[in-house]
Amino acid sequence: MQLTENSVGRKLLMAVTGALLLGFVIVHLLGNSSVFLGPDGINSYAENLHNLGPIVWVFRLVMLGLIVVHIWFGVSLTLENSAATPIGYASQEYRRATFSSRTMIYTGLALLAFIIYHLLHFTVQITDVEFAARQNMDAINRPDVFGMVVNGFKQTFTTVLYVVAMIVLFLHLSHGVQSILQTVGLSNDKSLPVVTLAGKGLAFVLLLGYISIPILIIAGIVKI
Amino acid sequence: MNLTLNVWRQNGAGDKGRMEQYQAKNVSPDSSFLEMLDEVNEELIREGKEPIAFDHDCREGICGMCSQVINGKPHGGQDRTTVCQLHMRSFKDGDAIFIEPWRAKAFPVLRDLAVDRNALDRIMEAGGYTSCHTGGVADGNALLIGKPEADYAMDAAECIGCGACVAGCLNSSAMLFTSAKVAQLATLPQGKVEAAKRVKSMTAELKAQGFGNCTNHYECQASCPKGIDVKFIATLNREYIKALVK
Amino acid sequence: MILDGKCPTGPIETTWDRHRFESKLVNPSNKRKFKILCVGTGLAGGAAAASLGELGYNVHAFCYQDSARRAHSIAAQGGINAAKNYPNDGDSIYRLFYDTIKGGDFRAREADVWRLAQVSNNIIDQCVAQGVPFARDYAGYLDNRSFGGAQVSRTFYARGQTGQQLLLGAYSALCRQVKAKTVTLHERREMLDLVVVDGVAKGITCRNMVTGEIESHWGDAVILATGGYVNVFYLSTNAMGCSVTAAWKAARKGAYMANPCYTQIHPTCIPQSGEHQSKLTLMSESLRNDGRCWVPKKKEDCDKPAGSIPEEDRDYYLERKYPSFGNLAPRDIASRAAKEQCDDERGVGPGKRGVYLDYQSAIDRVGEDTIRERYGNLFEMYEKITDENAYKQPMRIYPAPHYAMGGLWVDYNCMSNVPGLFVLGEANFSVHGANRLGASALMQGLADGYFVIPYTIAGYLATVKPGEITAEHPEFKKSADEVKGTIDKMLSINGKKTPAELHRELGKVMWENVGMARSDSSLKAALKMIPEIREEFWNNVKVTGKNGEFNQQLENAGRLADFLEFAEILTKDALNREESCGGHFRVEHQTDDGEAMRNDEDFCYVAAWEFKGNGVEPEMHKEPLKFENIKLAVRSYK
Repeated sequence: MQLTENSVGRKLLMAVTGALLLGFVIVHLLGNSSVFLGPDGINSYAENLHNLGPIVWVFRLVMLGLIVVHIWFGVSLTLENSAATPIGYASQEYRRATFSSRTMIYTGLALLAFIIYHLLHFTVQITDVEFAARQNMDAINRPDVFGMVVNGFKQTFTTVLYVVAMIVLFLHLSHGVQSILQTVGLSNDKSLPVVTLAGKGLAFVLLLGYISIPILIIAGIVKI
Repeated sequence: MNLTLNVWRQNGAGDKGRMEQYQAKNVSPDSSFLEMLDEVNEELIREGKEPIAFDHDCREGICGMCSQVINGKPHGGQDRTTVCQLHMRSFKDGDAIFIEPWRAKAFPVLRDLAVDRNALDRIMEAGGYTSCHTGGVADGNALLIGKPEADYAMDAAECIGCGACVAGCLNSSAMLFTSAKVAQLATLPQGKVEAAKRVKSMTAELKAQGFGNCTNHYECQASCPKGIDVKFIATLNREYIKALVK
Repeated sequence: MILDGKCPTGPIETTWDRHRFESKLVNPSNKRKFKILCVGTGLAGGAAAASLGELGYNVHAFCYQDSARRAHSIAAQGGINAAKNYPNDGDSIYRLFYDTIKGGDFRAREADVWRLAQVSNNIIDQCVAQGVPFARDYAGYLDNRSFGGAQVSRTFYARGQTGQQLLLGAYSALCRQVKAKTVTLHERREMLDLVVVDGVAKGITCRNMVTGEIESHWGDAVILATGGYVNVFYLSTNAMGCSVTAAWKAARKGAYMANPCYTQIHPTCIPQSGEHQSKLTLMSESLRNDGRCWVPKKKEDCDKPAGSIPEEDRDYYLERKYPSFGNLAPRDIASRAAKEQCDDERGVGPGKRGVYLDYQSAIDRVGEDTIRERYGNLFEMYEKITDENAYKQPMRIYPAPHYAMGGLWVDYNCMSNVPGLFVLGEANFSVHGANRLGASALMQGLADGYFVIPYTIAGYLATVKPGEITAEHPEFKKSADEVKGTIDKMLSINGKKTPAELHRELGKVMWENVGMARSDSSLKAALKMIPEIREEFWNNVKVTGKNGEFNQQLENAGRLADFLEFAEILTKDALNREESCGGHFRVEHQTDDGEAMRNDEDFCYVAAWEFKGNGVEPEMHKEPLKFENIKLAVRSYK
């Protein structure tokens, strides 16, 4: 009750689920960076993951739960907030609120759309059927994830879409990271500016990390 | 100085309200913003028009009664300054100025620039006190309170309850206001006893009063004429977590 | 008539304890049957409503502000006195008692002041328990500072916002009682009449300032804690809404107004900058510790920049006139001296009503950093208002009306001569005599509210049948009709002058003639001019809008109408009091070197005025003051 009704309780749920999702984003990048080791790197990484069997499904369900909670409360808090502000100002000027803090709901929903597309693309593999890893095996008969990724990102449209999505993620995180620490009560006047900067830094590193894959691919540096 | 004022006029809660334009002529740069409005009002009365209603009282920046959003910024946006302490010399001759009331569902407009802020009192009534009995208390020095704690509590206690944090907040949240009281009392030993109950009931009241939720924009701190820091919101959050596990 | 203050006799040390024992009590289970109305939610009213609610009475609290947290008690900067003797520097209840009586120039009741000094210690404990963040030292103990010339450090403080913190403490106690449903708050209500039934106060009539509705509220007792009246001078350090209205409505219903001529003028305020000015801002008196007051010796230098006036052309008038106290002369003396220089056309700044307070020699002596450390926030405040940098050029200061020592007459129980009407805090006259010491106003408000009224009101209520008279009584309708009649009359005049214009005119008359220095001729001149302005008000005021709405012009007009009647009583009191004492200075009564001359022979009494209608001489009732514990003596600051 406290957690799901109270203003601070729900904010706390947002922070905790956000923190765990952030953890996933970091781990996912580390996993993805195996693409730079060539076909053997990412294909064996994917193979190993799949061999975990039911644990993969437990993990997927947990992730689904986190996302549902994060989005459910994100949307309901946003609706409540806009109901609390029925009339805006004729003249409006922000001083501390940032573009990214003001657009959290939009970047969040955009990320949801992206996640769905991303799952269809690389997990369900139904958007680019001809490169789907499940039907293209590599030299030692593993699903050729490397081929799927590289062929996928050779298409400008896909690359642009991923880069844009990662910029959206950057915006979401550049407010989100410091927000997590503030919400769980771990910031103060001295740490907040540092944490804010560090949060943006982390978000930027993640942005660079993620977009380096499609960009290096489309630039022809990572190739089959 | 001559200025063009765009002022929100609303004749009572039932009226829809509209922005109206007035000219403020021969304004002395030494006058305060409210004194400028006084003169505009005198002129309106002479012309047989209704003067602009606005809340004000002490006019020295401490009572928290004045409440105007000037050019999109609560209290005009000067650092650590209430409207009554804002002086006309910070404007330029010929400026167009927008003057609007605090905007929030929890603060209905009573007339023109005056709003009903009793929702803040309801939050205080939910637990912004220590339950001490008049008379039945220990000697003031029986409780030792370290200077850093006393100073921290005082920093929070400087809140004047004007509601600028709500007016400035994109979500109309009263979290900074609430956190200032929660942090003040939770920092002092005499307030610690009821800290868990207090933080739960005060934050629950936020929703009941129709305030929005804090999403860490920190616009409240920028709006606060007393510079109350958002670190107190972090303190409130911490107190809330402590209360959850209790 | 000779008034009886009903003070307990016998050894002063035991008066309050004996009185408490002798007072009747109300049975705990009966308390909720009694309804008490409490008007005003400042330190006195807020504390009273909270304490009485906690005792179990059914309390209704009223304030004109939008919240019970905003009364002007909030603006007090310096601190609150208590005889704790924590610093071990020789303080005691007796010393606080003595200082207050002497500081009040021997015009207060001994027993009341003793009680104040006695309960002062409880106040600090109470506020600490509420979570008031008083300043602490590094060991965690409460910190004290010295204040207002006292020789001991007995002032407790919370930065420069002591009044705010104490008021928020009282407000939080009030909130607790609202939650407990013992107190009902009525915000944005202005009391416009006292309902008296058969000579006993039984309720109030007030206006809902949002809807304009005229409301009748009955109560078994009525408490007024409605503050002071120095806005009669128009420009003062009081909040804009501070008025004499509630007290004056009571006076019109028979309550006596005591010593209204005792007004305190504070020397270190920021001068008026022009006609647009709506109020004056006070700066802490501590500024005079390092600043030197001066004006140019020659009139023609007054418009020149201060820096261009050579040392030999400056008149350090306080140092010249009071060589031993110099710039630290007491409030009333420093204020009058500044006025004299300006009357001599040697004032500086806009309107030539200002004197310099110069820090140059202090900066040369201890350095700008030290001065910044001591007064940084005050210099900032000064710069915000005047746009002048006081490190580079001298500050300009001028005295301003600040506090009213006079007020409704009350006996030792804080009950006025109208039974059932209690008056607390600045609204009553009781403890400050003719002059209030610094850091004493907060002490009095809280003492009355927390520790006096809960005992004394029981003594009265024990003699009353609860709920005997309710708002059904015809007197309530009569009162409401009168109030509506007055409002309709003001709205119907539709003249040419706004309430603010007329208030400014009244203020000018009062400040020039009944301000810091009063003479027989100036007071008589004022007595001629006040009725003229009143006449003009009732014939030529323009009040816009209607009653049934949020109407600030109507509020202002109503308050002004009361000031216009009250001002006359104040002036008559000043004319009657042929002596100089504390805040009341009659130029006819001074020593050769300009010191105040008190006349204990003829004026050692409280003058309580009974209002009998406009144009009718008010009747003065005397309460003789007896000094059995402290010997009458002359104050000297040479």
